[in-house]
Amino acid sequence: MENRKLIKIATAGSVDDGKSTLIGRLLYDTKSLTTDKLEAIEKTSKQRGFDYLDFSLATDGLVAEREQGITIDVAHIYFNTEKTNFIVADTPGHVEYTRNMVTGASTSQVAIILIDARKGVIEQTNRHFFISNLLRMGHVVVAINKMDLVDYDEDVFLKIREDFEALVEKSDFKSEQITFIPISALKGENIAKKSDLMPWYVGNTLLDHLEVLEPEDLQQSSLARFPVQYVVRPKTEAFHDFRGFAGKLYGGNLKVGDDVTILPSFTTSKIKSIQFFDQEYSEATPGSSITITLEDEVNISRGDMLVKSSEVPHSEKSISATICQVNNKPLRVGQKYTLQHGVNRVLAKVESISSKVHTDFSGEEASDQLGLNDIGKVNFRLSKPIHFDAYTVNKANGSFILIDEGSYDTVSVGFIEI
Amino acid sequence: MSNLFIPNPKEVESIHILREVAAQFEKPVLLFSGGKDSITLVRLAQKAFYPSRIPFPLLHIDTGHNFPETIEFRDQLVAELGLELIVRNVQDSIDQGKVTEERGRYASRNTLQTTTLLDAIEEFKFDACIGGARRDEEKARAKERVFSVRDDFGQWDEKNQRPELFDMLNGQIEQGQNVRVFPISNWTELDVWEYIKTENIQIPSIYFAHKREVFFRDGMIWTANEHVFREEHEQVEEKMVRFRTVGDMTCTAAVLSEATSLEDVVNEIRASTISERGARIDDKRSEAAMEKRKKVGYF
Ligand SMILES: Nc1nc2c(ncn2[C@@H]2O[C@H](COP(=O)(O)OP(=O)(O)O)[C@@H](O)[C@H]2O)c(=O)[nH]1
Ligand SMILES: [Mg+2]
Repeated sequence: MENRKLIKIATAGSVDDGKSTLIGRLLYDTKSLTTDKLEAIEKTSKQRGFDYLDFSLATDGLVAEREQGITIDVAHIYFNTEKTNFIVADTPGHVEYTRNMVTGASTSQVAIILIDARKGVIEQTNRHFFISNLLRMGHVVVAINKMDLVDYDEDVFLKIREDFEALVEKSDFKSEQITFIPISALKGENIAKKSDLMPWYVGNTLLDHLEVLEPEDLQQSSLARFPVQYVVRPKTEAFHDFRGFAGKLYGGNLKVGDDVTILPSFTTSKIKSIQFFDQEYSEATPGSSITITLEDEVNISRGDMLVKSSEVPHSEKSISATICQVNNKPLRVGQKYTLQHGVNRVLAKVESISSKVHTDFSGEEASDQLGLNDIGKVNFRLSKPIHFDAYTVNKANGSFILIDEGSYDTVSVGFIEI
Repeated sequence: MSNLFIPNPKEVESIHILREVAAQFEKPVLLFSGGKDSITLVRLAQKAFYPSRIPFPLLHIDTGHNFPETIEFRDQLVAELGLELIVRNVQDSIDQGKVTEERGRYASRNTLQTTTLLDAIEEFKFDACIGGARRDEEKARAKERVFSVRDDFGQWDEKNQRPELFDMLNGQIEQGQNVRVFPISNWTELDVWEYIKTENIQIPSIYFAHKREVFFRDGMIWTANEHVFREEHEQVEEKMVRFRTVGDMTCTAAVLSEATSLEDVVNEIRASTISERGARIDDKRSEAAMEKRKKVGYF
């Protein structure tokens, strides 16, 4: 792969705000729609009697949703420019679909929140921004769409921006993490081409804006966490005594020679080598999948965590977390789950539910259960301690999923609080 | 000496997934078609477990209508890397009367593969089948999970998929279920080609432009040989062509091309205007074709 940077984007908006159209337009403008796909769109648009190209057809994939005409799940779409690879998670905007946005946002760095210029900031917008804030997205683009339907009026744009800025006040975002862009996804205004119809807007087009974002700026910088995924023991002649610990590095760099502590045993050693395939490196950056060897023979198995000895995380058997329920089986006090924290699994019991959180920044209420799409604060008791950071400090080491012990479904996602 | 490792994010993701498969399942298998995507998977698996050998076997469901170049290539790769290869034949499923050979103009063994695959899964009790499908190939694939749970009948229920959060993969399954795993879900066709080029990965010769006996039908280029149904009036010509996928001969169309090197191929893909699956005849049957096949356990 050429050295293009990778930017992952989640879209959010209410039904019909134009998410699918926007994504189709981005594909079209970056020449990512191939002739056969474009022909299919032309044909279907004509069949349906449209006098324009319905770009939403590029992404609305499944038969069921073609029949209903709505997006029902998270779909991933890919396009690239000269310098950047983009992955877009198209997440639907129904009230009950908090789950989908949380899922799409969990693998993305940037959120694009669509607003229909005619409707302005509505209750849904609050929720979308609330979730962007909960997941600590690196950047939020507020795309004010359908400007063609409000005569490209600057006042409409300014009013919406003002309303949205009131929300930003209630969030943890800094103002430079939020960008407002007036667009028409249908007409292609300010998507890849600067709009002549909105000369009052002096900022970047959406695509230019997405291109100047740097992955490093969108990522938390914190402490190095290396959960061991797989123990590599070749037992071949050439690598007789080789014992490598394979995993993915999160949060910070690790170097050969670093003093490390292995959790849960709290044994210590030094990094002897950092390898990737048949190459050795002196230092690895966050987001690397590497294999580490240690100076000493230490007993390490999958699920253990390697950290710098000066930067040991919290180790607790009781934790508090914000939970988003992603399955229709409700979470209740006393229930037991398998808790998967990275690649490590322990048993967890719901001790208490502190509150159900209103997803529009309006506060909390008492509740004895969390249903699908609910977000709430929950206290757990674990069978063994886990070694964690707050989600706001280290996303990978501060998040977990809950697995139902009967169906094995993933029923919740948790963001650890300290 | 400072020697900083700067990772390729898509490669990292795939390696992470492959390690999770090896750790979470008892009997994983890599579905190997001999195509560029499965060859890329083999390279990624090699990297994921190095210096250990790849800790699972390859399974090839042979339709009997493969390009001979692909089979030759497969055997060479397996020998070189010391891999374990299992082959199961669609012909056997036909002989056992489990499936019936299609007839006529669009006859293909592509859909018959499903039965042979499900039988092999049962025979070996595989609990995870690693495949090279990518979400950019087709709209229905765009919603596929990385770990996609299938029931005993290999069926996919797109309305009832487990959400996948961050990079945490939940591979817990019930008795009788198995999981299809797609480590290169997030790669595009161009990503794969660029990777093959930077990594200098060997691929079968039919991916490069070569002279071949072909005929034209429905605006597509078909291989002229005994496995492919041809009407008398459909004239055979010799053309410079190459293949963009190497499925079954009966459902893999060629494209006119002069690209004889990897460099040429990458440039051609960059400039290309026909999507990869546009060259797969089986998808053209209907817009919802892929989704229907997935529901009955197709890769
Ligand atoms: N006039 C106008 N219509 C738009 C614009 N963007 C989307 N639409 C229309 O709004 C409707 C819903 O769009 P769609 O992309 O399906 O919305 P989604 O539900 O958010 O995916 C469709 O009829 C689109 O053609 C726009 O910028 N201007
Ligand atoms: Mg849509």
